[in-house]
Amino acid sequence: MIGLQHYLTLSAMLFVLSIAGIVINRRNLILLLMCIELMLLAVNFNFIAFSRYLGDDTGQVFVFFILTVAAAEAAIGLAILVVLFRNRRSINVQELNTMKG
Amino acid sequence: MYSYYLIIVLAPLAAAIVAGLFGRQIGRAGSHWITILAVGLSCAFSCLVLRNMFWGGAESENISVYTWAVTDGLNMEVGFLVDRLTALMMAVVTFVSLMVHVYTIGYMHDDPGYQRFFSYISLFTFSMLMLVMSNNFLQLFFGWEAVGLMSYLLIGFWFKRENAIFANLKAFLVNRLGDFGFILGISGIVMFTGSLDYAEVFARADSVAAQNIEVFSGTPWNAMTVICVLLFMGAMGKSAQAPLHVWLPDSMAGPTPISALIHAATMVTAGIFMVARMSPLFELSATALAVVIVIGAITAFFTGLLGIVQNDIKRVIAYSTLSQLGYMTVALGASAYGAAIFHLMTHAFFKSLLFLAAGSVIIALHHEQDIRKMGGLRKYMPITYWTALIGSLALIGFPGSSGFFSKDLLIEAVKESHWHGQGAVYWIAYLSVLLGVFVTALYSFRMFFLVFHGEERTDAKTRSHIHESPWVVTVPLVVLAVPSAIIGWITVEPILFDGFFGDAIVVRQGIDVLAHLKETIWHGSFALFLHAVQTPVFWLAAAGAFTAWFLYLKRPDIPATIKARFSGLYNLLDRKYYMDDLYIKGFAAGGRSIGNALWQKGDQLVIDGIIVNGTANSIGKLAGVMRQIQTGYLYTYAFAMIIGLTMLLSWLIWFR
Amino acid sequence: MDFSQYILSLLIWLPIVGGVLLLVIGDDRDVNSSRSVTMRIVALSMSLLTFLISVALYKWFDNSTPAMQFVERSSWIPAIDVWYYLGIDGFSAPLILLTTFITPLVVLAGWDTIKIRPAQYFAAFLILEGLMIGVFSALDGILFYVFWEAMLVPMFLIIGVWGGERRIYATLKFFLYTFLGSVLMLVSFIYLYGQVGSFDLFKFMNAPLGMTAQKLIFIAFLLAFAVKVPMWPVHTWLPDAHVEAPTGGSVILAAIMLKMGGYGFVRLSLPIVPDGSAYFAGLMIALSLIAVVYISFVALMQKDMKKLIAYSSIAHMGFVTLGFFLLWSISSGTGAGLGMTGGMVQMVSHGLISGAMFLCVGVLYDRMHSRQIADYGGVANTMPKFAAFMVLFAMANAGLPGTSGFVGEFMVIIASFKANFWFAFCAASILVLGAAYTLWMIKRVVYGEVANKNVAALKDLNQREFIVLTVLAIAVLLIGLWPAPLVDMMNVTIEQLLQQVAQSKL
Repeated sequence: MIGLQHYLTLSAMLFVLSIAGIVINRRNLILLLMCIELMLLAVNFNFIAFSRYLGDDTGQVFVFFILTVAAAEAAIGLAILVVLFRNRRSINVQELNTMKG
Repeated sequence: MYSYYLIIVLAPLAAAIVAGLFGRQIGRAGSHWITILAVGLSCAFSCLVLRNMFWGGAESENISVYTWAVTDGLNMEVGFLVDRLTALMMAVVTFVSLMVHVYTIGYMHDDPGYQRFFSYISLFTFSMLMLVMSNNFLQLFFGWEAVGLMSYLLIGFWFKRENAIFANLKAFLVNRLGDFGFILGISGIVMFTGSLDYAEVFARADSVAAQNIEVFSGTPWNAMTVICVLLFMGAMGKSAQAPLHVWLPDSMAGPTPISALIHAATMVTAGIFMVARMSPLFELSATALAVVIVIGAITAFFTGLLGIVQNDIKRVIAYSTLSQLGYMTVALGASAYGAAIFHLMTHAFFKSLLFLAAGSVIIALHHEQDIRKMGGLRKYMPITYWTALIGSLALIGFPGSSGFFSKDLLIEAVKESHWHGQGAVYWIAYLSVLLGVFVTALYSFRMFFLVFHGEERTDAKTRSHIHESPWVVTVPLVVLAVPSAIIGWITVEPILFDGFFGDAIVVRQGIDVLAHLKETIWHGSFALFLHAVQTPVFWLAAAGAFTAWFLYLKRPDIPATIKARFSGLYNLLDRKYYMDDLYIKGFAAGGRSIGNALWQKGDQLVIDGIIVNGTANSIGKLAGVMRQIQTGYLYTYAFAMIIGLTMLLSWLIWFR
Repeated sequence: MDFSQYILSLLIWLPIVGGVLLLVIGDDRDVNSSRSVTMRIVALSMSLLTFLISVALYKWFDNSTPAMQFVERSSWIPAIDVWYYLGIDGFSAPLILLTTFITPLVVLAGWDTIKIRPAQYFAAFLILEGLMIGVFSALDGILFYVFWEAMLVPMFLIIGVWGGERRIYATLKFFLYTFLGSVLMLVSFIYLYGQVGSFDLFKFMNAPLGMTAQKLIFIAFLLAFAVKVPMWPVHTWLPDAHVEAPTGGSVILAAIMLKMGGYGFVRLSLPIVPDGSAYFAGLMIALSLIAVVYISFVALMQKDMKKLIAYSSIAHMGFVTLGFFLLWSISSGTGAGLGMTGGMVQMVSHGLISGAMFLCVGVLYDRMHSRQIADYGGVANTMPKFAAFMVLFAMANAGLPGTSGFVGEFMVIIASFKANFWFAFCAASILVLGAAYTLWMIKRVVYGEVANKNVAALKDLNQREFIVLTVLAIAVLLIGLWPAPLVDMMNVTIEQLLQQVAQSKL
């Protein structure tokens, strides 16, 4: 029987994978964006699992909200990325260190 | 009499302000007229006051003019105490000042700073009057410093001359060194009596003498001794007593009239006056009196010796002034305050006469001051010659002159004083004043002969121009020559022996040496005159004058031989016992290097370098380390966030 | 409407409004254009008007009561019980008068010598004047703190915009030093608020405090005020700030801002934490005496006239703190009050004298653009009137009786003798050292032969400079010859403070 813990484990794995993606990935900004999306998905997974487990639909409503916002966010992210590429001719993360003090 | 006192004091002040601020508008003649009139008025009223005291039997007056400030129960006032001591000083000061004012018309005739000079000397007269007429320590200190200021301004009157502005700074600073002690003494008085007023302080003097003060903890000293020694430090500065005497010879860089007025007759005697005024305090401390008499004796003898080797006409007189001030101080230490004041008075006349005569010579020779380049001036300048002779005779104590009475009785007083039989102090004091007579006669007549007799060493060009000085110069000489010659005859009896000073001067029972002298040797001034030849003083003076005649007129080659033979001694005297070197290379240079060390090492290195900039630098270094963490990569920041989140969560789960 | 009821607010806000007005008027590049002239006349008349109002204040001031006078009180931030609470007593009144007296002179001194943004320059001074009066009259902790900090801003700008070459370094040093101290003062205010639930200074004074709290609060206050005074060893910002500041800035800094420190001690430290003050009195006396002796030696060696005067200021301010903290060393009788009066008089007198000295240096600087002593010599030959003033103020600085410089020093020396012979010994050394550094400078600058052709080309004082220096000279002499009116103003207040301090809060 697949219970709540399996879902949570899966969600945690997704989450950790996405973190690993952000931290280890040093090349591609698109990958970075996708990892962030993945992180959100992991959170959504938790919401749905708990919603089902507790019998409360509110969680699923939130998931819809998050999905919408995430979509918008991805769009803006990609737009920034395009602008960045135009300016720097690269989306290599390693080269983006203007924040260094 | 109150309004008289106010006029005496304020007339010179007003004249000084007018001449100083509006000198250009009223012109040269205007400024000398207004100051002379003001000082003349002041002099006339002072003489009136003195006459009332002397013959009119007027009582002493203690008047408060206005309240300077009152705080914390301490009343600080400005007021006048006019008693016989004050009246005498007022008359002397204003009289000499008046003569000097007149003389200045001739001496400063061509000087561009004419008005300024008159303003200064008038202001000086005001300050000096404030000093002597004060009835409290605050005003005494005001006058004390104000005469110092005027001395500073007048020594540096020719402010373009490097030696003048060096000398005035030196004079002011050395005086301040004395004032440093003086203000501590005044503070001590306030501490023990809670008052600045003379009358109140003197009334409580006995209780002060009964107390102790621990300057160094564990060694209680008598409070009165500490106070008196501190006060005497002030007198040492102002009256140029060793070792604070170094400023007076240098102060001769100022114009001659002020050398006569300030550095011979009035300001330098302020210390003597002050100690006499404080006699109720000094009498209560034998230790302080011992200090006074020893310092005075050292000054009297050793500075006199220096006068023998000087070649500048004014410096010879300056060293003579030092030596005579030493005499007065010795008299103070011997509790013969009357004798000190009496000598102060006669000295004021004959020493300002000598200075003014020297000034007359100097203008005749177009500001040549080296006595080696003078000689034989007698026939060119008869008035100057005769007045200078009177002055010199008075200085060496020639029988009958004013100096004779004051000096002879002063020495008698020291001889008979309570220090007799007290060992070293007595012998130092007595031998100094006795041998000093010989020294005085030697340098006085050395100068006199070199200037007025012997061969004419002036160059031909100067010689053709030498003539007697104008009347504004010679009249003051003559007027001063009169008291120099005769005032001793008239006044010695009332001042010294008839209790003229009354309660102005207090002497402890049993050590009143003047009272003792009155009983033993005093038989009237004529008798004293007749007995002159029996005293060692007379013979020492005669020997000194004779030696001077022999060495500088008869055999002028001998001094050079002596100089070569005893070159070590000569150098010691010529370099003034290396005292100037001590002050300039020792104290002044030392102070500057301390200043430099504190500034460079303390302020700039330690405080600014290590503490202030050090803090800034170490913050900078820390930041340098911290910025290594800032890679600028997004993933590092994300990772840091995650780590933080994890740590926070685990803390929440496991440690709460 | 009774005018005297609002006189303090008027004194604070009139110059500030005037400053804003100046900013509105603005100026042209041309110094002589009608707009610039109007602006200057407005600046001068505003400062003179403020001075006239303060004369009225002096006239109405009651010498016989230690209570606060001209009190104004209205709610400001009710949530934390903060009030717009003003009032003055014998400590504040002389300093307010000093402020209103000096400001018109500063405006006159900068009349046409300031070429860059003159309107903003004058505005800064007027606003600064209002804020300083605010500090001297605030009776609420927060109000006090606000004025205290706000005051830094115009001064920061004055040095930073119109200053010399190293002005940025100097302003930063000035700002950081003073800010560091005052933040700790705020912390103590907040602690005290926690104790009494109000920022009312009188409630602070009556609050019972333990010894540890008192010690800590004293240290916090000490840092705030010691920096301002400035006391050794937190004094090194002052020479730098003075050297870089324009003449007017130096004058205000020396004449009034330094007094904030001394004022803080009597207004806050002594009454709020008497036992803490007593505990640290020995330290305070030691620091004051170090300031007198050490700094005097340092002043002796300065080559820059402004630095020399700045160091001399530190030494003279040492007398202020010495006078304030002597009272525990004096067992009985006259002395404690004398020291405190001396300290207060010294503050006023130092304000006049150091202001005058800086103005004198400013006069020279305007002509030669140099502050180095070595560049001068024989100034008396070409500028006789100036030389007379300079010598007068130098003598006042050296504490000559008859000038105001003497009054405070005399009282403090007498009081310190009563406490301990060696205190007086060190304090009195200023008689020699003060004369040495001041007159040595005079010798090198004023006297002597004309040193070079720049000095030969100097022009004597113009009418404006003459008026400024004359007014100061009269004030210096007046206080020196008759300090009674000044002393009478603070006598009762000082007595009350002494009683207050004598009662332990433990």
